[in-house]
Amino acid sequence: MIFLFIAREALGIFTAADTAVGSQPAATSELSPELYGTESESAAPEVYNPDVDFPEPEAPAGPAERPVAEPGQGTPPLLANLLSTTWQPVSSQPKYGILPLLVGTLKIALLAILLAAPIGILAAIYAAFFAPRWFREFLKPLIELLAGFPSVVIGFFCLMVLASIVQESLGTTFRLNALVGSLGVAIAIIPIVFTIAEDSLSRLPRVLWEAGLALGAQPWQVVFRILVPAATPGLFAAVLLGFGRAFGETMIVLMASGNAPLLSWSPVEPVRTLSATIGSEMGEVVWGSLHYSVLFLLGLLLFVGTFLLNVIAEFWVRRRLLRRFQGTTAAL
Amino acid sequence: MGRGSYGFRKEWSWYTLVGVAAISMTALAALAIVGLTLSLLGHFTLEGLPHVTWEFLTQPPRNNNTEGGIFPAIYGTVLLVVLMSLMGVPIGTATALYLSEYAREDSALTRWVRFGVNTLAGVPAIVFGLFGLGFFVQFLGKGIDRIFGLELVWGKPAIIWAAATMAVLTLPVVIVSVEEALRSVPRHLREAAFALGATRWQTIWHVVLPRALTGILTGSILAVSRGAGEVAPILFLGVAYSLPELPKGLTSQFMELGYHLYVLSTQSPDVETTRPLQYATTLVLLLTTFALNLSAVLLRLRLRRG
Repeated sequence: MIFLFIAREALGIFTAADTAVGSQPAATSELSPELYGTESESAAPEVYNPDVDFPEPEAPAGPAERPVAEPGQGTPPLLANLLSTTWQPVSSQPKYGILPLLVGTLKIALLAILLAAPIGILAAIYAAFFAPRWFREFLKPLIELLAGFPSVVIGFFCLMVLASIVQESLGTTFRLNALVGSLGVAIAIIPIVFTIAEDSLSRLPRVLWEAGLALGAQPWQVVFRILVPAATPGLFAAVLLGFGRAFGETMIVLMASGNAPLLSWSPVEPVRTLSATIGSEMGEVVWGSLHYSVLFLLGLLLFVGTFLLNVIAEFWVRRRLLRRFQGTTAAL
Repeated sequence: MGRGSYGFRKEWSWYTLVGVAAISMTALAALAIVGLTLSLLGHFTLEGLPHVTWEFLTQPPRNNNTEGGIFPAIYGTVLLVVLMSLMGVPIGTATALYLSEYAREDSALTRWVRFGVNTLAGVPAIVFGLFGLGFFVQFLGKGIDRIFGLELVWGKPAIIWAAATMAVLTLPVVIVSVEEALRSVPRHLREAAFALGATRWQTIWHVVLPRALTGILTGSILAVSRGAGEVAPILFLGVAYSLPELPKGLTSQFMELGYHLYVLSTQSPDVETTRPLQYATTLVLLLTTFALNLSAVLLRLRLRRG
């Protein structure tokens, strides 16, 4: 009976996301004006972000646009709008092009995982096989400490310290850019990558290690030629889960990546991610408006993305890992 | 084999070099993490410590958040995590009880619940915020308002919904640690209770739960520490830039430490002058989460030993 709670919570996210999709075409129907009417007082902007907001008053934007979009052909233009390359939700002609946001999210997440994965995995290899005992005892609590840093604090660190360092050393035009943001996200995901990688490495069967040594190989040869390849699925899972975390990280990118929805793959330009968009715009959006639904759609994208990554990491990789180990023990 | 003995010496030195390089690379990565963590800690301690004064901790902010203290933010954070624990811990404990005491390990239902918990753990925090807005505020809150004919009392972002969202967010943490605690209760205690004729529920209530209390506590502390540090999910659930008074009821808006740091450092009219305040806020936030984490670790150590 009680488990229903958790199942319902998990389902609730689906329904919340579903209503986003469901209300997408229906955003122009009778539901939204009513919501708009009751909510207009409470939707007063609390967070004002000068970087992203255009000075148009919010109130006229909603109702003025809605009658235009009212006729049945509202959906196809919306789709085109969603796939366009400009994100300008608050203007006389709202543009909800999610491509720059998608590109921004991928850029941040890829850069972050490229930075975090080598460090995390190498450190995990060291901790699992080479490190003296005292260092291991010291490293593990330290990693937990790093994992305990609230992301807003890491974002603050990027904003204050890393941004200046990056600008001085690379001479970038913008102080806050994708690189700074992804450095911060990398700091946030190193503990995850490390923990999962270390876990999968130290759970390898001991026979592999012993067999390798018995064949006359040196310890590092055993580690890099036998143990690390054997743990590849686990390491892959570590990277995937780290990527998933980087994909949805909000506060760091919100604070340190410049928040400009540009469509570019350059790592030194300001960037904006799906999560940061939701975080900065949801506070001031008119409830029930098209913008609101689009933000929920972004949330749905985030959810589906991380969900798929988790499922892949959970089922595919774990199962492969399991089969591989069963293979080794069966062979012995 | 012949090759091995023939060029043994040459290969040995070459190989040793590669090996040393490989090992030192891994060591370097580990040291980088150590350096990073220590420099983060050192930076915030050095910059923040001089500004954490008694006045800072007990005064409300003045002059558009450029002077004064952070008392309302501390108050709001504490209130938030207390409400969150009141909602999240019972549900999490109940789920963990079900998983470890009642459910069959291999049933489809258990697998689904576990899958749900894992999924919950992987969902980005900001999506929880959306969920809170869509489900708690728009659905539950609006629903309550409609049923009781109230004029927008519950159906707006408020501390109660923020706390509920946080409770959902921290559920996996609670469930995992409580389950671990329940599993650490020896089997023979349960069997002894059953042998004395106790029902399953009596066994759980009188034998298992008291034994697992430390674990439940650990779980709630970990959840609180996670909740105290998360800002993303409450961004649009009633957290406020600055409030004239402390939150009065469950439906008030509130201030929160992490959010306070966020607005001070990015949205403040004068970022430079409030720098000491920002660092001091950071340090308070860090100390809070670390103190919570540390106590959870210590409790867990005791649990493992006991």
